[in-house]
Amino acid sequence: MPSFVIAEKCDGCKGGDKTACMYICPNDLMVLEPNEMKAYNQEPDQCWECFSCVKICPTQAIEVRGYSDFVPMGSSVVPMLGTEDIMWTCKFRNGTIKRFKFPIRTTPEGEANAYLDLKGKDLDSGLLSTQEADGYVLVAPTELA
Amino acid sequence: MALPNKPVGELKAVRDPEVDKIDVDVLIVGGGMAACGTAFEIKKWASDDTKILLCDKAAMERSGAVAQGLSAINTYVGDNKPEDYVRMVRNDLMGIVREDLIFDLGRHVDDSVHLFEEWGLPVWKKSEEGKTLDGKKGQKMGTLKGGAQPVRTGKWQIMINGESYKRIVAEAAKLALGEENILERCFIVELLNDKDDPTKIAGAVGFSLRENKVYIISAKVIMVACGGAVNIYQPRSVGEGKGRAWYPVWNAGSTYTMAVRAGAELSMMENRFTPARFKDGYGPVGAWFLLFKAQTLNGLGEAFAASDEAKAELQKYAPYGTAAVTPTCLRNHLMMKEYKEGRGPIIMKTTDALAKLGETMSKKELKHLESEAWEDFLDMTCGQANLWCATNTEPEKKDSEVMPTEPYLLGSHSGCCGIWCSGPEEDWVPADYKWGYNRMTTVKGLFTAGDGVGCSGHKFSSGSHAEGRIAAKSMIKYLKDNPAAKSFKETDEELVDMVYKPVRTYLDHCDYSTDETVNPHYCKPAGMAMRLMKMTNEYGGGTATYYMTSGKSLEILMELFEYFREDLEKIAAGDLHELLRAWEINHRLYTVQAHTRHIQFREESRYPGFYYRGDFMGQNDDEWFCFTNSTYNKETNEWSLKKVPYVKIISD
Repeated sequence: MPSFVIAEKCDGCKGGDKTACMYICPNDLMVLEPNEMKAYNQEPDQCWECFSCVKICPTQAIEVRGYSDFVPMGSSVVPMLGTEDIMWTCKFRNGTIKRFKFPIRTTPEGEANAYLDLKGKDLDSGLLSTQEADGYVLVAPTELA
Repeated sequence: MALPNKPVGELKAVRDPEVDKIDVDVLIVGGGMAACGTAFEIKKWASDDTKILLCDKAAMERSGAVAQGLSAINTYVGDNKPEDYVRMVRNDLMGIVREDLIFDLGRHVDDSVHLFEEWGLPVWKKSEEGKTLDGKKGQKMGTLKGGAQPVRTGKWQIMINGESYKRIVAEAAKLALGEENILERCFIVELLNDKDDPTKIAGAVGFSLRENKVYIISAKVIMVACGGAVNIYQPRSVGEGKGRAWYPVWNAGSTYTMAVRAGAELSMMENRFTPARFKDGYGPVGAWFLLFKAQTLNGLGEAFAASDEAKAELQKYAPYGTAAVTPTCLRNHLMMKEYKEGRGPIIMKTTDALAKLGETMSKKELKHLESEAWEDFLDMTCGQANLWCATNTEPEKKDSEVMPTEPYLLGSHSGCCGIWCSGPEEDWVPADYKWGYNRMTTVKGLFTAGDGVGCSGHKFSSGSHAEGRIAAKSMIKYLKDNPAAKSFKETDEELVDMVYKPVRTYLDHCDYSTDETVNPHYCKPAGMAMRLMKMTNEYGGGTATYYMTSGKSLEILMELFEYFREDLEKIAAGDLHELLRAWEINHRLYTVQAHTRHIQFREESRYPGFYYRGDFMGQNDDEWFCFTNSTYNKETNEWSLKKVPYVKIISD
């Protein structure tokens, strides 16, 4: 189900500091055509349909259409990524529409605790830094062959 | 593309790239779950003046196998015993595993899961009445670390709302390491050994996917964690759909190839994974089997896996086949038998499962159940949801087909191929399984984690992260014991020549013919990818032969590999994206070659359902109840394989 860019909606992320889809695609597929200032998927048969570009696009210019070698036409799956939830609209070939909303994270973006001040003490022990800080006791197997 | 001949991609490559030389103490190659674990942990143990660099060929926010998200964490030990975790992995992988590595993983993995939840990953919880609460509503039950009960779908799995799983984990990793120590869109292609002592690692070379630049990096200690290998066998979908691989299509075997070319010993590379998934869309089936208790029937409508015939077949593979949980490969084996004997296709009875659950549920609960079924896809395999939409499939009204996929190579999911690594330096670990630094390969200073560590499958996302952290600590220990700077014998010019050779080949010859894709002086990555997948599919036990191969087939395959390797000298790339593909196909070759050489060496069929040696059907414990390890000499192009004894550590 390769991603495609709707020409009318794509503005090449002119106002942004980076071309969002080009920044995010895990497989280096999305590129900007510098003359038209519009993005495209340069290798549709290597698209994992991970929807990373769809979710990140600031103008909702990217969608996906089913792989031409096995997916009947006419359906769509469209996400809307928020800060706490993701909304999905799934449209069937026969017109049925289903909507789902799922939580995606419980903390504000950018505030994951990286334990920046934590320093491990005993480099020779088998404990990870947070285990050491928690007083976790490293177990050895007791049910030996 | 007719005249004028020009590269297809937007970022044109030039003959002479800029060269950026970087000196660091620690280099982390990769940006997935394992590398994020290393990035989170390493500064907690390093001195403040330690220079650390992470190179990811993509953007960490959405790189690796968890890029799309996940609907479950498959390894959370919780109230279980690490010993039982070892027993489960050992049985699933037909007896031959490194129990030291698995036990070690089992006692650390929960700490990473607790961090994920603290960072903001929504984890489903059980309410006091035993009802399921999603990750947001479940917050009122407290945290896993604080004793709240997860929603288990099996003994080891817990359910999450994991669409942003990777974004959350990457955020913590980037904060911990510092953005200034991270190079994204930098593809490392070869590791370099020390010029005075080639058994030591000394650096790496790679290139930018965004500008014409080669990175030459010297490092004293290196983590290589770039995932498993995908598109090494012809996929069932060969048009656009070949991107719809089950495992991430960008996993090119870079971990195994870079390690083996640096002299590291690989282990159990014959092991592969051919997961049974929803046909074509490759959506997950775990929740359907475990949470919704769905059954699969053959084309005649028979519950084939529960038949007396199936029981008799499994009996042949005792004690694994007769264990309470049938190993993954043997479940596939039973399906293959149905296909071969004309009783396909295999149908997942989603209708019956949901109807049964509906008998005891309210309308509201049923609605929630439907949502859970869709979330299972939307969190991790959006395309499967679309395939259901496109085929008007509402799972309560219409069943779906399942089918085993093309082969994948990995060490973190339900497979165990990878690099031979040291276990923890503890008394209970056999002497031959430890050499000073936990998760160090047989190359001094080279570490791995996740898909890289062989003989210890079933780590999944959480275990890969924890393993990256375990390795981080031992990397710093190694650095402390080995602080001297390293240097490699290759000159800057030689390294640039090597990395940019495909570009120079392209520029030298692209005007010879009137079509830049058809030219007798070079080959292109796209064609080479198809060539590699055709030969492995036909001779190396791909889907074409129901995973069957033989000594003679493998002999032919080795000859084809050798032509292929020689032709890679003539691979051409006109732009930076094509240069990425040129190097990925190089990595895929060595990895799948290791895989098939191991199958050639191991004269038995250890994993029926994953692959078969037609000339050595069945298991031969007398000869082959051991690890098989391999090395490769890049100077002489010679592979060496050997048997390594298995030591049982945990009782039955």
